[in-house]
Amino acid sequence: MTDMPLLSLAIWIPIFGGLLVLATGSDRNAPLARALALLVAVAGFAVTVPLYLGFDTGTATMQFVEMAPWIRPYNINYHLGVDGISVLFVILNAFVTVIVVLAGWEVIREKVAQYMAAFLIMSGLMNGIFSALDGVLFYVFFEASLIPLYLVIGIWGGANRVYAAIKFFLYTLAGSLLMLVALLYLFLQAGGSFSILDWHQLPIPMGAQSLIFFAFLAAFAVKVPMWPVHTWLPDAHVEAPTGGSVVLAAIALKLGAYGFLRFSLPIVPDAAQYYAPLLITLSLVAVVYIGFVALVQTDMKKLVAYSSIAHMGFVTLGFFMFNQLGIEGALVQMISHGFVSGAMFLCIGVLYDRMHSRNIADYGGVVNKMPKFAAFFMLFAMANAGLPGTSGFVGEFMVVLGAVQFNFWVAFLAATTLILGAAYSLWMYKRVVFGEVANDHVAQLDDINGREFAFLAILAFCVLAMGVYPFPFTEVMHASVDELLRHIAVSKL
Amino acid sequence: MNFVVPDFYPAAAEIFVAVMALVIMLAGAFARSVRWLAYTLTQLTLVGAALITIFVPSVDVSYTFSGMFVSDLFGNVLKLLIYLAVGVALLYGRGYLADRRMERPEYYLLAVLMTLGMMVMVSANHLLTLYIGLEMMSLALYGMTAFDRDSVRSTEAAMKYFVLGALASGLLLYGMSMIYGATGALDFVSIKDALYFQTANKTVLLFGLVFLMAGIAFKLGVVPFHMWVPDVYQGAPTAVTLLIASAPKLAAFAMTMRLLVFALFELAEQWQAMLMFLAVLSIILGNLAAIAQSNIKRMLAYSGISHMGFMLLGLVAGVVSGETHNAITAYSAAMFYAVAYVLMSLASFGMVLLLARAGFEAEEIDDFKGLNKRSPWFAAMMMIVMFSMAGIPFFIGFFAKLAVLQSVVAAGYVWLAVLAVVMSVIGAFYYLRVVKVMYFDAPADDAPIHAPAEMRVMMSVNGLSIAALGLMPQGLTYLCWIALLASLT
Repeated sequence: MTDMPLLSLAIWIPIFGGLLVLATGSDRNAPLARALALLVAVAGFAVTVPLYLGFDTGTATMQFVEMAPWIRPYNINYHLGVDGISVLFVILNAFVTVIVVLAGWEVIREKVAQYMAAFLIMSGLMNGIFSALDGVLFYVFFEASLIPLYLVIGIWGGANRVYAAIKFFLYTLAGSLLMLVALLYLFLQAGGSFSILDWHQLPIPMGAQSLIFFAFLAAFAVKVPMWPVHTWLPDAHVEAPTGGSVVLAAIALKLGAYGFLRFSLPIVPDAAQYYAPLLITLSLVAVVYIGFVALVQTDMKKLVAYSSIAHMGFVTLGFFMFNQLGIEGALVQMISHGFVSGAMFLCIGVLYDRMHSRNIADYGGVVNKMPKFAAFFMLFAMANAGLPGTSGFVGEFMVVLGAVQFNFWVAFLAATTLILGAAYSLWMYKRVVFGEVANDHVAQLDDINGREFAFLAILAFCVLAMGVYPFPFTEVMHASVDELLRHIAVSKL
Repeated sequence: MNFVVPDFYPAAAEIFVAVMALVIMLAGAFARSVRWLAYTLTQLTLVGAALITIFVPSVDVSYTFSGMFVSDLFGNVLKLLIYLAVGVALLYGRGYLADRRMERPEYYLLAVLMTLGMMVMVSANHLLTLYIGLEMMSLALYGMTAFDRDSVRSTEAAMKYFVLGALASGLLLYGMSMIYGATGALDFVSIKDALYFQTANKTVLLFGLVFLMAGIAFKLGVVPFHMWVPDVYQGAPTAVTLLIASAPKLAAFAMTMRLLVFALFELAEQWQAMLMFLAVLSIILGNLAAIAQSNIKRMLAYSGISHMGFMLLGLVAGVVSGETHNAITAYSAAMFYAVAYVLMSLASFGMVLLLARAGFEAEEIDDFKGLNKRSPWFAAMMMIVMFSMAGIPFFIGFFAKLAVLQSVVAAGYVWLAVLAVVMSVIGAFYYLRVVKVMYFDAPADDAPIHAPAEMRVMMSVNGLSIAALGLMPQGLTYLCWIALLASLT
């Protein structure tokens, strides 16, 4: 079983499956496209399960490694592998893809095959990002994943979709091209090697470390996104179809944070430590300021988008305190945010499909008509606020604990998220769900159907399971985070 | 005086093409009513030339005609790519020309002569051979630009092309005369030796180099000698634009390599500084000006300017403070870039031809509106081309950019690489706009795409090859590398 190239399968099953779905062509074959897409998504998820079951939690070395030369003259290799940091994201990604296919089942009626194919291909590319151990391979997946998301936002998005799609594309491209120059520089410094693991061991003088750090920062900060380069995210989220928002929140935002852990911290540790105060400041601005911004939103999707930025601020904060609790907490937060924000967008999608409005003011009293939905929405809103017992609490609590070790005032400011998060999540929930039935449209709402119940229930289970018993998640990442911290502590000057 | 019969063997392909040009001319004169004859003969000529180039064995580098002509792997690889580019371009253009009553035998005759000119350029080992090849190519192109005699725009474009082209040829010739004056030699090997033993007058030499550069820059269409490019691309019939924008870029690349690297390598530090200037200006101006265009031919013209600038970056990185160990990598990166550009250029102008029909030119970007509804397959092909030009992986354009940037960074010009990538982001905007109109907008007209089957097939092969070479660029990388290695050492 372990001899199978599981990572390659996780990458290429969705991509080739996506092309196959694309080949079903016009909307006359829509049922076939949907069924095929679900099959591919489930198969893609199935091959990632052995990754978890067969994962050796006792070591920090790369596992499930695959290596083959790709472009010899430049010494570029098809080099894959996962450690405790990346393996969970591969699985999460494959899992979310299944949910996304289900979520778009009836809602998408135009160009169904293209829609499904875009998500499947994107899923494969993102698995590539999380498992690439070669700089160029990483970059190639990193860039290529822009294309499907650009199309998804632009074709199936809302009124202002074109603006949002182009903004999203150019913002992220600008960041990542600077990273490309840094990768080339590292290639030459390492004596002609694109291997990320070689780069981890490479001594680099401080001046170069600073430049490389900022080149990486340009790429990853835009992807995370960190304040002040976050402005593409609300636009992209608001205009994207539900599935696009889910993938964006659950997976795409993790790419930047993952990049920090795989590149910035281990390759340029001295610069990372030197500039940590800057990063921590930016993260705190994201947590506090963006928290307030979320509070005043009148558009539900925008509100959740801003709450995502605040949550990701928590993640970067956890990284740059350089302690075990901080980094593990941040990783848990990333996974949890994948479930919770994905679920929030799905809930909004459920409402949007019925009312075609995202305005909080258009709703009110939804609970009277959709009691089952209201219960799920309640759970996810609570998890978004970080209620103990849900997954949202675990990560935030660990990061705050890590922050207390680091500096009291940082911890103090970070902890405000627990108040702000509760404020914006629950206030929105109150306005949308409780009260009298606001208007005739709300009066005509139907409760969720079996399909919607299914994916919300699965996510609810994940949120609760992770909240009650996070050990299976932290166990996997422990050894790798340990090793990372040991590695960062050694200067590379 | 004893007369030595030159060895015709290395020039077999050129001789074949020249003979075939005469055959096509005769066919055009005596069998005019057989419409398919000239076209078929032309394609057969290209196939035959390719077979000769591949199968006529020769030693690594063989000179003939008293050292005026060279046959080497570098030249042969480029020639094969030129046949391919010309063949594909003629195939794409055929329906377009027929719809406009321009498919006359003379067109194919000019195309064959242009091909011959390019072959001579590629194989030139002598300033005069190079000049003859260049003029042969250029004159044929001027004629083809004006092929639509009744169109004022085409005539104007041809006039502009001709006047500016003649000026550039004059500058080039003037530069050549100075090189000759300084070194006392016309063939590249002797020039190289004269420079190596430092017997040449440096001042005259540098003066000549400046004029040579102006001529080269004009042929490549880089700033500040780019004025003709947008006007000619827009004004010429699209089928001709396709020819101008594809194979001649390879020939111009070969000319640049022959003159600068094969002959004037000792002056690398000097011409690198000039090329850097040209490259930077082209990348900046090409990308910025392309944003403002609404005509796709004009947009592709400006994008071509920036691509040529990008290609020149590879030549800039060859010699670093006297060290030449980076040279082969850098030049093969530039060669890879040129080949990639030609592939993408063929596909992009091919799409413009594909959408055109009798009485309708698909020249505006808006004519691509809603292409995804009209034909998802060709919309996907065009998307591949656009993303490839923007340098997004997994397409060939990305690896071309990667190779060039790698050599630029290796040469220590990190600022240049940063500038190039920043301009690439700006460039991405106008490529994205094409994708946007194809995928996000509603179609403006619902006419089904009608194109001959062979064109649809070739268009698909062209598009898929951009993706396939992007997935597996190793073979082409090796080919460029080996070609240069065999010819330069």
